[in-house]
Amino acid sequence: AASSRSRSEAKSGRTDLIFLIRFRHCCLLRNQRCVVAYLYDRLLRIRALRWEYGSVLPSAIHFHMSAEEVEWFNRYKKSLATYMRSVGGEEGLDLTQDIKPPKSLYIEVRCLKDYGEFEIDDGTTVLLKKNSQHFLPRWKCEQLIRQGVLEHVLS
Amino acid sequence: NEKFAPELLESKPEIIECVVEQLDHMEANLKRAKKGDLKVSVHHMEIERIRYVLSSYLRCRLVKIEKFFPHVLEKEKSRAEGEPSILSPEEFAFAKEYMANTETYLKNAALKHMPPNLQKVSLLKSVPKPNLDSFVFLRVLERQENILVEPETDEQREYTIDLEEGSQHLIRYKTIAPLVASGAVQLI
Repeated sequence: AASSRSRSEAKSGRTDLIFLIRFRHCCLLRNQRCVVAYLYDRLLRIRALRWEYGSVLPSAIHFHMSAEEVEWFNRYKKSLATYMRSVGGEEGLDLTQDIKPPKSLYIEVRCLKDYGEFEIDDGTTVLLKKNSQHFLPRWKCEQLIRQGVLEHVLS
Repeated sequence: NEKFAPELLESKPEIIECVVEQLDHMEANLKRAKKGDLKVSVHHMEIERIRYVLSSYLRCRLVKIEKFFPHVLEKEKSRAEGEPSILSPEEFAFAKEYMANTETYLKNAALKHMPPNLQKVSLLKSVPKPNLDSFVFLRVLERQENILVEPETDEQREYTIDLEEGSQHLIRYKTIAPLVASGAVQLI
């Protein structure tokens, strides 16, 4: 409102105000740029969270997000899921897996927290208790390693 | 090539489809094979490796699409009839959704609270463009003659070079971009 008022004052011929108006407009534009840059940077970090943590965000992080950011995250999740489903075969290709080139089929992992029962492909279940070590298929462990439940043991 | 190019390269849906089909085929074979057979492990490993390369390639493209989204969409919109697309239809849908999502967010989180004449922001101007001047390493696959190189400093003038087959160079991406598209050079 103030900026439109000052513009109408300028139109009425007060040429000495024009510089002031222009200066103020530049300040406003700069503020707009700063705000947008800050918000956009937050968005980029939230996007990185999807790739690091998966679809469900830890509640501590969720707590720090505004309602609009949560909405953005949900829409981004959905968009990404639709895209991944459209690639590759019937189920699609989960692009958040296989982040590093595979070195072996099975890896040695140590359990960092109590997780409970974990089922592998051939039907056997493994009980993941804190500090227990297992020799498991790599692709099953990837998500749990990222979540911090398992730790890859490099001997 | 996709990994080392600063901009999004042409979409290659036929290759992707082919790889995906191969993967499905191999997985089906594996399911039918006897357990404990050594070949199973080797094939399994190969499947994992191929899947990794495919994922890595698609991820690389997605990162670039998200990074340059207004420019990517603009380029696709202003594409001429016969020119090859840089986005697959699914990527195009993803890019459009990403843009709409981000625009809506910025509007609701900040812009609608601003004075009326500041409520628009041009994403095309604010989001950085890909840096086509960045240097890339390449290996020459097909001999090229008379490639025009622009001067680096004010004292230099533009000159032409010939690219011998098998030679390796470090050059600005902009100069050799069409050669990457045609397959005459390979980025390393």
